[in-house]
Amino acid sequence: MNAIERGDWRLERDADDLVWLTLDCPDRAVNTLSQSVLAQLDATLDALDASKPKGLVIRSGKSTGFIVGADIGEFAALESADQAQRIIERGWRLFERISALRYPTLALIDGHCLGGGLELALACRYRLAVDRPSARLGLPEVMLGIFPGWGGVKRLPRLIGAPEALAMMLSGRTVDPRRAERLGLVDARVPERIAEHAAAQLVRSGRPAARAGHLLRLLESAPFRQLVAAKARRDVEAKDPDRHYPAPRTILELWERHDGDPLIEPTLVGRLFGSAVAANLIRVFHLQERLKGFARQGDARDIRDVHVVGAGVMGGDIAAWCALKGFRVTLQDQQIERIAPAIARAAKLYGRRLKRDHRAIRDAMDRLIPDPDGAGVARADLVIEAIGETLEAKRDLYRALEPLIKPGALLATNTSSLDLTALREGLSEPERLVGIHFFNPVAKMPLVEVIHAGDGASDETRRACAFVGALDKLPLPVRSTPGFLVNAVLAPYLLEAMRVHDEGVAAEIIDAAMVAFGMPMGPLELADTVGLDIVRDAGRGLTDGAAAPRCLEQHLAQGQLGKKSGRGFYSWQDGKPAKGKPDDAPDGLALRIVRPLIERTRAQLAAGIVEDADLADAGVIFGTGYAPFSGGPLSDERLAPSATGAGATMRDDR
Amino acid sequence: MEFEPIYVVDGARTPFLRARNAPGPFSAADLAVQAGRMLLARHPALEHRIDEVIIGCASPSADEVNIARVIALRLGLAERIPAWTVMRNCASGMQALDSAIANLQRGRAEVVLAGGVDALSRAPVLFSDAMVKWLSHWYAAKGVGQRLATLRRLRPAQLAPVIGLLKGLTDPVVGLSMGQTAENLAHRFGIDRTAMDRYAARSHRRVLEARTRAAFDAETVALVSSDGRIHAEDDGVRDDSSEERLAKLRPVFDKPWGNVTAGNSSQVTDGAALLLLASERAVERLGLAPLGRITDSQWAGLSPERMGLGPVQAATPILERHGLGLNELDLWEINEAFAAQVLACQAAWEDPDYCESALGTPAWGRLDDARLNVDGGAIAIGHPVGASGARIVLHLLHALAERNLSRGMASICIGGGQGGAMLVENLKRTEVAR
Repeated sequence: MNAIERGDWRLERDADDLVWLTLDCPDRAVNTLSQSVLAQLDATLDALDASKPKGLVIRSGKSTGFIVGADIGEFAALESADQAQRIIERGWRLFERISALRYPTLALIDGHCLGGGLELALACRYRLAVDRPSARLGLPEVMLGIFPGWGGVKRLPRLIGAPEALAMMLSGRTVDPRRAERLGLVDARVPERIAEHAAAQLVRSGRPAARAGHLLRLLESAPFRQLVAAKARRDVEAKDPDRHYPAPRTILELWERHDGDPLIEPTLVGRLFGSAVAANLIRVFHLQERLKGFARQGDARDIRDVHVVGAGVMGGDIAAWCALKGFRVTLQDQQIERIAPAIARAAKLYGRRLKRDHRAIRDAMDRLIPDPDGAGVARADLVIEAIGETLEAKRDLYRALEPLIKPGALLATNTSSLDLTALREGLSEPERLVGIHFFNPVAKMPLVEVIHAGDGASDETRRACAFVGALDKLPLPVRSTPGFLVNAVLAPYLLEAMRVHDEGVAAEIIDAAMVAFGMPMGPLELADTVGLDIVRDAGRGLTDGAAAPRCLEQHLAQGQLGKKSGRGFYSWQDGKPAKGKPDDAPDGLALRIVRPLIERTRAQLAAGIVEDADLADAGVIFGTGYAPFSGGPLSDERLAPSATGAGATMRDDR
Repeated sequence: MEFEPIYVVDGARTPFLRARNAPGPFSAADLAVQAGRMLLARHPALEHRIDEVIIGCASPSADEVNIARVIALRLGLAERIPAWTVMRNCASGMQALDSAIANLQRGRAEVVLAGGVDALSRAPVLFSDAMVKWLSHWYAAKGVGQRLATLRRLRPAQLAPVIGLLKGLTDPVVGLSMGQTAENLAHRFGIDRTAMDRYAARSHRRVLEARTRAAFDAETVALVSSDGRIHAEDDGVRDDSSEERLAKLRPVFDKPWGNVTAGNSSQVTDGAALLLLASERAVERLGLAPLGRITDSQWAGLSPERMGLGPVQAATPILERHGLGLNELDLWEINEAFAAQVLACQAAWEDPDYCESALGTPAWGRLDDARLNVDGGAIAIGHPVGASGARIVLHLLHALAERNLSRGMASICIGGGQGGAMLVENLKRTEVAR
């Protein structure tokens, strides 16, 4: 076999006249399709045109996956729509060329195959996915506010049918190889041990390229295409009625009118690429990568055994999540009766996450050990305390735990309100205590605040960050202060919403206005979900002693605690609030309610709670779900001075 | 032959869960893993020193035939640690301990995780041979015609399942069920129904008494099933098992005139019991504080029709070796396969003819009721076959420790006509008592 290196690509021709083209971008952890990588690929095809191989297999030389997509850096640096148009045109034409090659082509996909990487694979005649549950395949462009411009919108519906393809492209949802095989996204899923052999055979098989079934193909022709698009448009409308995200609608238009060809209507490109929303979403993506970077600064590989004290909602769910992510977890509480509900919740979580993978479910359950006697303390590499929020109780517990904990083990508290320095008092090795603050529900919330007492660069803090990364969560180092970042900014926001409610605005109107603003859930529904007693306690410490809103006092006086008691701002049935249809919100309502959140974010930043404004934005976006398209509270253009001025006016009017 | 004592560092068992005519909440490996993971959590320093895992199991399911390896890997033990499964029917768990002892004594291992498990509620239900033969024709049949012809040959009787558990509890050599061997003993030693029921009621009573002292807490690990249900105690124990109530039950083996009933037999249960065993060298080097030690063991064979006397045959040589009388040991465990069988063991030692012919010794006298199965036994707690031998050794050590006593014997009868016994010594005696 003779090999030719061509920068990022390595070309080998085997004895059977098959060409193996391997992408291995130097100096990068993952393969991306930069302009230069595409140019090299184009040149390689020129060379192959002359020699006419029996087949071409495209694969990755990296253990980290196939290709994770286009080079996002190039998109973020776009200066004009023309530039974007050129990038899209180049990829589109190249992949059109690949799909028209006269010799058979195959993408051998081992690991992540995303965005432009999947579009390249779709341009090949065959696709094989190496069976690896961690691998993801999909077109997540929509999450960056752009669309798949290199033929994905054209080819994915033809391959797996428009309904599934649109669902994937409009949500950015990715699938694992098993699901990819079932969808027909890949011709087959093969174990690594026979992957090359399978690729060599399949590419020479002469088998016709896979296509969606007849019925699905019918949906691509008029008038069905319009019907399918209309249905998808309704779904988009329901999910984003306030049209914060233009990309899904553009993707639909691109498919419905132009069969995915972005060159026909160049304004589509200009609408998204380089837009503020896309820039914000790309920034959010980079912020996420930055948070992941904190996890890489420390080392948590020596953490295997985790002991959790307190099997309440937080402790139990933290334990369950740790066991799901491969840690061996002992879960302690005073009696087995307190632990059992956490085990049942864990079993449900594993069932949802691991579906029918009974072996994986069994292994996770094996790793989650009810431990009423606290036998696991002495074995644990990390002890997480998640008991009630009283300083004395926590200190007593630490005093009891410290002599039992093995040398080098980390002690962490999930406190959401107590000061780390105060909690450390009385410990003989105070620096060993860090805060690892999870949010409820643990399984859903991506952010975890790692609390330090000004020693953010300490080994303990870094280890805690690395541990959070090992849980597939985003660690954010935060200096210890009441409410840290997320709760501190949420509390005044929730209370402001309640004050507006005191002024006579219906809960439905308030919540609808904030959802329209871009929040995942309205503030009063959120307060009900968190529990009104908890909101009061948190609010007391976090709002400079301002009087609690009347409505909050009234609910509490009547024993209405929100979702958990069945009544709060809403009455709750089967875990859902009963809501009336909201009237129109007064002008500037959302801005007024959100302003305390913005101000508090600024104050926390000024106080040095987080390192910089980017991290403040990241924390609030991933911790509260604050409208990602806006770029975060400190970058939200809608709150620029002129806009907030309008809000203030409205407030004065009332 | 010198017997190098082997140390029981600690042990843990699951509650024994009565089979209720349906598969129980946990598979055999589930049970052993839940007991084992807690045992490992209690001894973090030993986990990486385990050289071997040996598990006794009389009816592993078809996909877990070497269940010891399944358990070891599911416990997260290193892949390099070998694991094997032993089978000696009702003494499989005790055999696992004895196999561990042999390897520890030979220096092949220093720390061994050993014990036993069975989930009898999940014993397989099998096709009859006739049905299997029919199925092979069915799969070979080609086309509709052949299939119809095959279908016509199917007889309803072929559909009757073979209950794996009943097969396992029947001696294939002499064709007697275990209960019938107990009836044999009752006949030989003149044990009547009243005595059996009285013994069975006492077993329940003793368990309940022990429970009020929390006497099982140290050895038992509470289980939580996926639905959040808690299994904290042996669930076959009844507070209404009076002699009078037991007397109303019908015989199940020699129907309808026999004496052995479900009430005076051990219960069909699911359970696991695991022990950490260590050599003397390991105990010294690692500074362990073991529960106790095993100072002798013995196996014996006898007629399958009288398998229930296995404990007499196995324990007597140990008594002889150590120059001990029956009541010179502080406590005894004789696994309660059947009330009649335990009573027969006591009777046999008192019977000069039996001792003369079967043991070659004069009669041994009466084994004191107050020393025997002091916290009840398998009639109340249950008999998950493979686990019982390990359970009685573990419980005997705890029972000695609770009473601040020194020595005891754990013995068990074995279907097929064998017996096993182990002499143990409590190492948790307080100085004052010494």
